[in-house]
Amino acid sequence: MSLAPRKPARVQLFATCLVEAFFPETALAVVELIGREGVAVVFPPGQSCCGQPAYNAGFREEARAAARRQMDALAGELPIVVPSASCAGMMKHHYPRLFPDPAERAAAERFAGRIVEWSEFLVRGLGVRLHDTGPPLKVTWHSSCHALREMEVVPCAKALLAGLERVELVPLSHETECCGFGGIFSVKQPALCGAMAADKLADIQATGAERVIAGDCGCLLNLQGAIEARGLALRAQHLADFLRERTRGG
Amino acid sequence: MADSAFESRIEQALEDETLRRNFASALGAFAARRRSVFPDGRALERLRTQAAAIRDRALARLPELLEELESRLTANGIRVHWAETAAVGCRLVLEILEAHGVRRVVKGKSMVSEEMHLNAFLARHGIETVETDLGEFIIQLAGETPAHIIVPAVHKNRAQIARLFQEKIAGAPYTEEVTELNAIARRTLRERFREAGAGLSGVNFAVAETGTLCLVENEGNGRMCTGVPPLHIAVMGIEKVIERLEDLPPLLRLLTGSATGQRVTTYVNLISGPRRNADPDGPREVHLVLLDNGRSAVYADPELRATLRCIRCGCCLNHCPVYARIGGHAYGTTYPGPIGKVLTPQLLGIDRAGELPFASTLCGACEEVCPVRIPLAHLLRRLRAEAVRSPASRGDRRGSGRPDRLERLAWWAWGQAVQRPSIYRAILAGGRWLGGLLPPVGPLERWMRTHAEPRFSRRNLRRILRRQGIPDA
Amino acid sequence: MPEPRARERILARLRAAPREIPPRPEAEARPPAAPGPETAAALEAALTAMRAEVHRLPGGRWAAELRERLAGRGLSELLYFPGSPWAVELEEAWTPAAQDSPRLVAWEGAVEDFRGRLFSAAAGITAAAAAAADPGVLLLRPGPEEPRLLSLVPPVHVVLVPAERIYPTFEDALADGSFAPPLAANLVLVSGPSKTADIELTLAFGVHGPRELLVFILA
Repeated sequence: MSLAPRKPARVQLFATCLVEAFFPETALAVVELIGREGVAVVFPPGQSCCGQPAYNAGFREEARAAARRQMDALAGELPIVVPSASCAGMMKHHYPRLFPDPAERAAAERFAGRIVEWSEFLVRGLGVRLHDTGPPLKVTWHSSCHALREMEVVPCAKALLAGLERVELVPLSHETECCGFGGIFSVKQPALCGAMAADKLADIQATGAERVIAGDCGCLLNLQGAIEARGLALRAQHLADFLRERTRGG
Repeated sequence: MADSAFESRIEQALEDETLRRNFASALGAFAARRRSVFPDGRALERLRTQAAAIRDRALARLPELLEELESRLTANGIRVHWAETAAVGCRLVLEILEAHGVRRVVKGKSMVSEEMHLNAFLARHGIETVETDLGEFIIQLAGETPAHIIVPAVHKNRAQIARLFQEKIAGAPYTEEVTELNAIARRTLRERFREAGAGLSGVNFAVAETGTLCLVENEGNGRMCTGVPPLHIAVMGIEKVIERLEDLPPLLRLLTGSATGQRVTTYVNLISGPRRNADPDGPREVHLVLLDNGRSAVYADPELRATLRCIRCGCCLNHCPVYARIGGHAYGTTYPGPIGKVLTPQLLGIDRAGELPFASTLCGACEEVCPVRIPLAHLLRRLRAEAVRSPASRGDRRGSGRPDRLERLAWWAWGQAVQRPSIYRAILAGGRWLGGLLPPVGPLERWMRTHAEPRFSRRNLRRILRRQGIPDA
Repeated sequence: MPEPRARERILARLRAAPREIPPRPEAEARPPAAPGPETAAALEAALTAMRAEVHRLPGGRWAAELRERLAGRGLSELLYFPGSPWAVELEEAWTPAAQDSPRLVAWEGAVEDFRGRLFSAAAGITAAAAAAADPGVLLLRPGPEEPRLLSLVPPVHVVLVPAERIYPTFEDALADGSFAPPLAANLVLVSGPSKTADIELTLAFGVHGPRELLVFILA
């Protein structure tokens, strides 16, 4: 039995700063995947960064300013789709905590209620069914900490991967362990960040897969940077890009 | 860029392959055992909720419960002492020992006594303290501090312990047989138990309702320390009190299950008084030293107060990807791992230990397993904000975690950029133009120690979306 | 010696903090369960899993049966406390002494005069006041009828458990008279022989306390 999900006519896209700066094709992939289901996407131009970097660095005032800006830029009632679980987590779970003022807090809570991580939106909001058009391929999956523990959307990502008939998913032996990015952590503790990334890469290599898929741009920045520094024949890819690639012409 | 002492210790630890192997295998085993002792995930979540509520309620009534505990203990014949600082706590213990003419003390495992640096203090006053928990005994021989809250010698493998015993224990042969090593420790320590003038211990929980000190252990050394010598002195942080006896079963289940994956420890020792008149054995006197040492200051903040729920199970250490890679000593603090990163800056002062909360990816693995649901990641973020706000430090600025002027300036600029779409778009445009041609200095230099240089995309997302007809509203 | 002002200052600081007192948490609603025949089997399974050795003894002539079961195990002696309520039955069953069973040795006086003997004893026998099948623990209640150290210092601990005092869970066992206030100066829950895993997480038994725990459930 499948329940038809309540499909909105339109959604807002919050691209995130990492996607805009480093991975614009990820946003395009999300727009395409959503658009295929007959949902219109709008891109509010006043958006910038969710504020998580400052929040995690201890700069609360700056984080609050960023949050106010996004709440203002993404005003309205439409669901806000976010292609990165950590940014989604910031907006959904931490915005309300940023504001001691009750009125602002209530506004942040209403805003938080509109935030939806993109893979969850595809699975639970749109009931997407995928048609795999790619060749047989072995991949592995990295659960980002925020997707796993904050947004709890890993089952959605895995459901999407499972929908790809010719893709074999080989699990990591330490699938739920952090890749070592941690935003500011990666520059405050470079040795630790590097050690954690190295262990993650070894785990990925042990699967025999040539690609690691994840749903969080922070992890991808870390993994891809570590892969390139070592010159490994591996690729870290966002799930949205992967889905778009696998379902082209389908 | 000059690294802090903490960072140097981290780098050293990361280079020690043996250390990393020892930790990785032990922690992996603990995590697996925990999963097997709590097979029903929902039941575990209910139990954690219950335990968090028990600890929260006890903390909310802390002053009343401490008074109730004191009056019950006193009625039971246990003498209660209060210490505001570690130094006073040490002095109180010393005075009790000196009043009894005690020179030799046997000691059960106690993290609060580590926090007080009690052994070293007593040694300076001519009192010999022998650690009797096997792990503590090993690190005492090695002249080290515990590397883990629950398994203090987890960083040492059997070959290292074999060499240590051969070197430090008269007549001990070199053996890597674990049963032999245990036998050597047993022989050595049994004499100490017999001769000691006093036993020292910590406390896992103190029950206000009945005036009872609860100690859990597997080896029996704790029962020896609290049962053989004529004098027993227990030391305890003021936050360890619980309301009722009925609160014990769920807390004990969670403590042992979270710590070592055991359903129950070998012994749960409930002490409600010294030897009574007709009893054939037991200590003639039992004393309890209640230690504040900064806890009441932690208590003052309702958000940070959750730190005091901690039952010292070490589960957050066992699941921490940072701890797993560097071990306990690299932190340079009594309490390592996630709880240490939260507790230490509060006990020692943010200006002295403010960099600790930054040594976390905020992955939340600790929070996910904490048996009393301490929001560790959230508290780490809060303490980072405290470090940013903190006044200039007394010592090592890098140790304070307090950002320098350049970092403050960078965040100010960042704040301006994310608030003003025109600046933000200009920066994105600059990135597209520069590509990967940033000079590798500052944070980028640190990033590039283990990563390739990040390259900005040449593509303009907003322009592409506009071309695709995606509206701007 | 004590500093009375420390107490007042600590309490004053705690009282000055903003506080909201939540209600006592609700334990899971569960009818209290009483001892039953199946609980003994569950206890046996739990204790055995913790490397204790569990035997059943008939209620009537338990002492004689105990002596037979202990015979031929190579135990040289069994230390007991003459003030225990069941000591007379034990003494009767051990009369006359025989070669193959352990010699019955009585604890004498206060521990100060007996410590040397205690530390050389091969085995000690005590009784449990109650037990809980989950998580598999025996409740020892030392006091005037039982020394604390008799269950701890000798390398073999023989313990008698009355079947009718085996509760399904620790929570249920709190209803036992042993936990009625005022509590005994010492209560100990025991789940097996003394053990440690402090060296490479390798389990080893008898590090400080008994190496063997022999449990005899009395029907």
